Amino acid sequence: MTDLLEVRDLTVHFDTEDGLVEAVDGVTFNVRSGEILGVVGESGSGKSVTALALLRLIRPPGRIVQGAVRFEGTDLVGLSEDEMRAVRGTRIAMVFQSPRTALNPVLPVGRQISRLFELHQGASRAEGRARTIGMLKLVGISEPERRARQYAHQLSGGMCQRVMIAMALATSPRLLLADEPTTGLDVSIAAQILELLRELGRRTGASILLITHDLGVVAEVCDRVAVMHAGQIVEVGTVRTIFARPLHPYTQALVRSIPRIDRDVTMEPIPGTVPSLLAPPPGCRYADRCPRVLDVCRRDRPALRAATPNHDVACHAVEVEDATARG
Amino acid sequence: MRWRRLTRNRLSFGALCVILAVTLTSLLAPWVAPYDPDNPDAEATLVSVSMRHPLGTDVYGRDQLSRVIHAGRVDLLVALSATAIALTLGSALGAGAGYRGGWVDQLVMRGVDAVMAFPAFILAMAITAALGNSIANVVAAIAITHVPIYTRLIRGEMLRVRETEYAEAARTVGNRPHQIVLYHLLPNCVPPLVVQATLAMGFAILTVAALSFIGLGIQPPQSEWGQMTAEGAGYVVSGEWWLVLFPGFAIMLTVLAFNLVGDTLRDLLDPRMRGVR
Repeated sequence: MTDLLEVRDLTVHFDTEDGLVEAVDGVTFNVRSGEILGVVGESGSGKSVTALALLRLIRPPGRIVQGAVRFEGTDLVGLSEDEMRAVRGTRIAMVFQSPRTALNPVLPVGRQISRLFELHQGASRAEGRARTIGMLKLVGISEPERRARQYAHQLSGGMCQRVMIAMALATSPRLLLADEPTTGLDVSIAAQILELLRELGRRTGASILLITHDLGVVAEVCDRVAVMHAGQIVEVGTVRTIFARPLHPYTQALVRSIPRIDRDVTMEPIPGTVPSLLAPPPGCRYADRCPRVLDVCRRDRPALRAATPNHDVACHAVEVEDATARG
Repeated sequence: MRWRRLTRNRLSFGALCVILAVTLTSLLAPWVAPYDPDNPDAEATLVSVSMRHPLGTDVYGRDQLSRVIHAGRVDLLVALSATAIALTLGSALGAGAGYRGGWVDQLVMRGVDAVMAFPAFILAMAITAALGNSIANVVAAIAITHVPIYTRLIRGEMLRVRETEYAEAARTVGNRPHQIVLYHLLPNCVPPLVVQATLAMGFAILTVAALSFIGLGIQPPQSEWGQMTAEGAGYVVSGEWWLVLFPGFAIMLTVLAFNLVGDTLRDLLDPRMRGVR
């Protein structure tokens, strides 16, 4: 599989009154075409900011300090605002966390979709309306003609999320950024939405970047997963390896914190909280919470390196162990 | 509690009827008015309230009822155009300042502050005095003094709605800034705008009348409520009370109606403001 998206060393800072917040720090990852990459991490670990940065929608006081975002062979960071707008509408789309508030309350939901056809593909109003009905059908909304005329507050949460997905897929993007798309939906609806995303991803060949804090969601739908902690990616690998053989202490803690009923394992919460991103100390940002912390962890920031093929980790402790194992 | 809200609604329903009645008679003035408002009648000067002249006649024998009806035309037209202009201009400035922020915001808001530094009526007086008092200039004067109201309102609303998720969503699908503002955000600011415009209509009518009362607004022979009140004021001592009473009453009734409807709209659209004055 080839890489659709290649993010190198992406760094986003927010210049707040209290000082510089390093929200995303040297993030490097790639999304292959057709795959679903999960990005997991606690609240405030920089997942959503990363997604917005890919679309170059970080607004002041935030800004992309450095890094490259290669998408379909072009570096998005270097594009003009006009060129970027064309990418936003047609090549990369986003599904939001709370669909009810992400839909405009004063516009009928169908109108919000049909406008995209007019905006980006020069469709006529009637044509846009017809294709909107088609999109609503595609995402499994019954009575699409009636629903298209309704407003967000008249639809259920799950229905709103379906509309959001229809909107995101309207212009057949190659990459879909889904920012916690199932938060706030009840479990059975959430499962339907995830299934819908996976199914539509497969059918259209679009890649999906699925942001979530729920490892269960990752296990269910993702191909690979990137673990984020305090604005940095600490481990990347296939879902199978990450769950079966997590290397980074943080990932291990995350996996252990999943409630299990099939096995007699006590659920262990992760000690401490995400460290402040306001002028963080040098070295590994997990050091203060890490049970395997070494002296070097507080001095140098560990780089992301391949532990095995297709499994990258950024941890000094893991490197030391590998070195000893090899003798 | 219940009967109070009921009377309140009945009151505003009555107010709405008054606005409709005044608007209709103004629109249909040439057909509704019993006489030509500018036609003097030497045979019937300063006639009191009577069957032939329900609101009496003035010193030239012109029919007071016809003049009041035709005056409403001017008052409503001036107030409405001034409100429309101020609303458009103010919303555009407020939207730009609120959405764009930064130096645009600074520039617009300092300009607004400068306008607001003058008492509105004094500023309106100065503008008509400087430009000359044609109808267009009265409209301009009132529009300029009303622009800050809408600018501040829309700027505040923009600061709120631009942070919403649907604004973010509109950005992620590649809308241009002006498309986001016009298509996605401004429609969300309409309710408070309607309330403000209704209340400002009453105030605009009052300002036209006041300007004309002191001779800086609509000029005779065109009849206008404020200017008729001013003319009539001179006759109060000599007993011709109808000359000042009826145009004054017209001003009061119309302004009151707009204020009542505005207040009720505010209550309906924003229940949190209920009971707050």
